Amino acid sequence: MSQWIYVGLFFIVGLIIPIGAIGAAWILAPKRPNPIKQTTYECGIETVGDSWVQFKAQYYIFALVFLVFDVETVFLFPWAVKLGQLGLFAVVEGIIFILILVAGLVYTWRKGMLEWA
Amino acid sequence: MSFWNDPLKVAADWLLGVFTGWGMPEMAANILIGFLGVLLLITVLMVLDIFLVWIERKVVARFQDRLGPNRVGPFGLIQPFADIIKLIIKEDTTPGGADKVVYNIAPMLSMMSVLILWAIVPLAPTILGVDLNIGALYLIAAGAIGTLSIIMAGWSSNNKFALIGAFRQVAVMVSFEVPMLTMLLIPTIFAGSMGMSTIIEKQDVWYVFLAPLAAVIFLIAAIAELGRAPFDMAEGESELVSGFNIEYSGMKFGMFYAGELLHAFTFGGFLAILFFGGYRFFGLEQVSPFLAIAVIVFKAFIGYWIIMWVKYTLLRIRIDHMLAFNWKFLTPLAFSLLMVVALMNALLANAPIWLYISGMFLSNVAVAWAALEIARSVSRREREKVEGPKQVVEVGH
Repeated sequence: MSQWIYVGLFFIVGLIIPIGAIGAAWILAPKRPNPIKQTTYECGIETVGDSWVQFKAQYYIFALVFLVFDVETVFLFPWAVKLGQLGLFAVVEGIIFILILVAGLVYTWRKGMLEWA
Repeated sequence: MSFWNDPLKVAADWLLGVFTGWGMPEMAANILIGFLGVLLLITVLMVLDIFLVWIERKVVARFQDRLGPNRVGPFGLIQPFADIIKLIIKEDTTPGGADKVVYNIAPMLSMMSVLILWAIVPLAPTILGVDLNIGALYLIAAGAIGTLSIIMAGWSSNNKFALIGAFRQVAVMVSFEVPMLTMLLIPTIFAGSMGMSTIIEKQDVWYVFLAPLAAVIFLIAAIAELGRAPFDMAEGESELVSGFNIEYSGMKFGMFYAGELLHAFTFGGFLAILFFGGYRFFGLEQVSPFLAIAVIVFKAFIGYWIIMWVKYTLLRIRIDHMLAFNWKFLTPLAFSLLMVVALMNALLANAPIWLYISGMFLSNVAVAWAALEIARSVSRREREKVEGPKQVVEVGH
């Protein structure tokens, strides 16, 4: 428990430092905003339409595959920690687990979903 | 027990005496001492960060056959301070349509995500922030905060370039976190622990000799995670102008910039910890913690230099190539390497140490060779599909 107090201290100090730097700039820097200065920067060209556009995320399927892998690898960490004591049986079990994961990747690949569309 | 052997403990004991002498409860005094220690570490890091600006500019200049900063002070050493003064007194413009709250939080989170990584970096056997037993997972979690700050910056700026940059950063993060997590499993298997200091203590043989391929894949994934060339799609100067931080100016931009440099240096440090023995160097760490700090900082600088070398040598790759490279090459390779390492680890468990090391090393080399051979044959087949089979031209009759 006391470990996490120190991690919390790192979070606090890690926020204080940038807040201090940005705060110093906020005090020292001139503030003379005008509408021209605050327009959206697009290399000098006026923005056409809304700039919060809807944007097609072509990597949507990649993100789904990633979610599966990310969660599954977290399950692999306890396996890896105790691998030295568990022996060959646990290793084979782990490999079967990884192969099931890879089968999912191969399925996605075969379905042609790992293409930039 | 003297200051030379264990400076942190001596200083903490002395401070504890002082604070409890003032009538402070011991619990509060301990937390205050922890706070001061964290503040000291982070202040040192920020000073180092200032000089990283100088180092980065000097090194990129050398790579491009220039001199780099050399006017302000000896070797241009005062240059970063001039940069900071300029950043502080520069007007900080906020685009009119921006989401102000998110826009202002993003640079702070960017810096914080790097600084909290140092909580688990062991600088010497006795000098470390926190010896978390889930260090490897903490590393990934803190990295995700960095990506979050980029997404926040890109979305809140109300700018199309920034939005596209943020979208691309998500694509990079989504892909390269999988090989990175997998490669973190390999030192975990060797050391039997996720804690960074245990991983260092168990490295009687540097893990780069046991698993050189893992070190290379970790380096590639780390560069992608940092968003540096050749994976700097989120910034992409020539296409998105500056990508996610396009609307930032003054010190807020400075936070992104300093955060990126320190992040690169930090990942140099993690490369050193996970694969190059951390603070260990032929028993030098036993002599004094100060020498141990010098060793790990030196190794971190070598890792940082390699990251810079890659950045200034390679070109930016296209985003669809990047995703294909990750999902069709790096991820299968990382998982096969993990399976091979786990299997070899079990088979060679009772083997003599020289057999264990050479078996691991050779199995890594074999996996790398097989992967490259498969990639080569596949690409040859692709090429022949487009160009037709390679014809042998007979010259001269």
